Amino acid sequence: MAHETGTPLVEMRNISISFGGIKAVDDVTVDLRPGEVVGLLGHNGAGKSTLIKILSGAYRPDAGEIYVNGTRADIASPRDAKAQGIETIYQTLALADNIDAAGNIFLGREMMTPYGTLDDASMEAETRKVMARLNPHFRRFKEPVKALSGGQRQSVAIARAIYFNARVLIMDEPTAALGPAETKQVADLVLQLKKEGIGIFLISHDIHDVFDLADRVSVMKNGRLVGSAKVSDVTQDEVLGMIILGKCPPGAIPGPGAS
Amino acid sequence: MTATTAPTPASSFGTLTSKLEIDVRLIGMLAALAVIWIGFDLLSGGVFLTPRNLWNLSVQTASVAVMATGMVLIIVTRNIDLSVGAILGFVGMIVGVVQARLLPGLLGFEHWLTAPLAVLAALVTGGLIGLFHGWLIAYLAIPSFIVTLGGLLVWRGAAWWVTTGQTVAPMDGRFKVLGGGIEGAVGATATWVIAAIACGLIVVALGLARRRRVRFGFPVRAGWADAVIAAIACGAVLGAAAIANAYPVPVGAARRLAEAQGIAWPDGGLFIPHGIAVPVLIAVAVGLFMTFLATRLRFGRYVFAIGGNPEAAELSGIPTRWVLMKVFGLMGVLCGISACISTARLNAATNAAGTLDELYVIAAAVIGGTSLAGGVGTIAGAMLGALVMQSLQSGMVLLGVDTPLQNIVVGAVLVVAVWLDGLYRRRIR
Repeated sequence: MAHETGTPLVEMRNISISFGGIKAVDDVTVDLRPGEVVGLLGHNGAGKSTLIKILSGAYRPDAGEIYVNGTRADIASPRDAKAQGIETIYQTLALADNIDAAGNIFLGREMMTPYGTLDDASMEAETRKVMARLNPHFRRFKEPVKALSGGQRQSVAIARAIYFNARVLIMDEPTAALGPAETKQVADLVLQLKKEGIGIFLISHDIHDVFDLADRVSVMKNGRLVGSAKVSDVTQDEVLGMIILGKCPPGAIPGPGAS
Repeated sequence: MTATTAPTPASSFGTLTSKLEIDVRLIGMLAALAVIWIGFDLLSGGVFLTPRNLWNLSVQTASVAVMATGMVLIIVTRNIDLSVGAILGFVGMIVGVVQARLLPGLLGFEHWLTAPLAVLAALVTGGLIGLFHGWLIAYLAIPSFIVTLGGLLVWRGAAWWVTTGQTVAPMDGRFKVLGGGIEGAVGATATWVIAAIACGLIVVALGLARRRRVRFGFPVRAGWADAVIAAIACGAVLGAAAIANAYPVPVGAARRLAEAQGIAWPDGGLFIPHGIAVPVLIAVAVGLFMTFLATRLRFGRYVFAIGGNPEAAELSGIPTRWVLMKVFGLMGVLCGISACISTARLNAATNAAGTLDELYVIAAAVIGGTSLAGGVGTIAGAMLGALVMQSLQSGMVLLGVDTPLQNIVVGAVLVVAVWLDGLYRRRIR
């Protein structure tokens, strides 16, 4: 709420995309400010993941614009998104199972020796540093990530996203596969990153998670935006109503998908 | 083949291999190879493990081993290439026509440029065919099985078309060196020099790797373990050199060589060793280069990432299609190298060259531990796999086994090897 004014870190305006004639995302507008956590809510198939995949460069929208720090950004590939400081932790984690932690963290952004070969030792050293912060008990640096537990794999995926000084972090169902202790760890991390001024899109269908962590929520249904609201202005029941019925409560700003 | 170690490796063996940080599967393959070699030696009454047979075995393995290194990367990316034998046949014909018909008209016979130009033609032709296959597979999204199955038919047909079926012979004198034989071996002195350099490089490489890990404060394996590895590797290199140097040139050829060098022919005859064969040196060089490419370069990292999780590779910003196209281009270049080796060895270009090679190459890669599910495989394993396949075949030839039975055995071994390997993988998981 402290961030009422100023340029948004990211603004996605009137985004639409369709697959085979079905509008997966239809005229959706969302924004994110520095140090803010915005929860993106909706049923499975509501279009949340598709929307954020447009921001992370995996899909190109059919219509709409993306602004980063107020300037129009053309995000045509994951590389472009990363160049803008937009990092993503995918629901599937998107790890190459046959490669070790360092290889995954630096995948596509390898550190090289002056001779143009992979600098595995430096990458391992950096990996040890970043993993010490996220998961101090992590020791299995030489093994392919296939051999790791769910929580360890999750930390590798998170490490990959935060190592490169992200300004915008997209977390797609970050706690779906985790136990209570690890879920708590992720929540702590979100709060810490928020303090550092990073903007976070938190995609979830667990409304409690979102209410604990988010400053604002945006709700999608059938590819359309039902509405956006500060979490202090709405109740959990009202947000549930937005998710299930598409009904926009008085505390929220209605979107084109509100019924 | 790796599964010879599968029946409960004793725990002491397990800790030993983990201390040495050696791949257990590689040891299994070496053990399987030892069993095959000793078995054939016993059955053939001591003919198999002679310098002469081992030297010939090494030369026969070279062509398939070179292509197997490329097949590893293709299979790692979850693709397959059924066309390598046909590409070899087509490129072989091009190589033959270029040096026996085209260049003599321009440069004259036995010009020093003929061999290099013929090799260049092979590499370019093979590379272009491979890139074209890769483009169809990566950018038009046609399954590699189909593209290369079509390629098998197309290039085999094209090989016939180059000369409408005529065999082209003989090859250029300098070009023939690539195929082995008496002119195609480097001799005793050069063999020892090469072996000594190889041993030096092994020690330096191990030392550098160790120093690097120490500098970063990472755990390193025990000093004695490094020493043992260096000793084993150098021993293998020197042993191979000794065997190659223990195979003498036949009397007639030796006499000609002696006369050419103005050495008097002594009564007891001259012992002129072959030394390592040129095609074997080529195969080893290709193997080293491909290992470097696969493990030390960004390209290799991307190839394995694509095989491990294509979607993750794409989301990491890897240009997956371009990488895939390059993998097939590389395979084509390797087919070109193999085409030179086999054309030179045969001293003729025939349109049937390389028939069924695709199956031997795939079998070598798979026996060498490359997983058809993608993401897993080593160059060294595939080359060892090629040696295992060739050992089986020439062993059976030595025993006088009929060709149909040879095929039956090789086919059965392939299936059993993959089954045992699968069992082993599930056990360690």
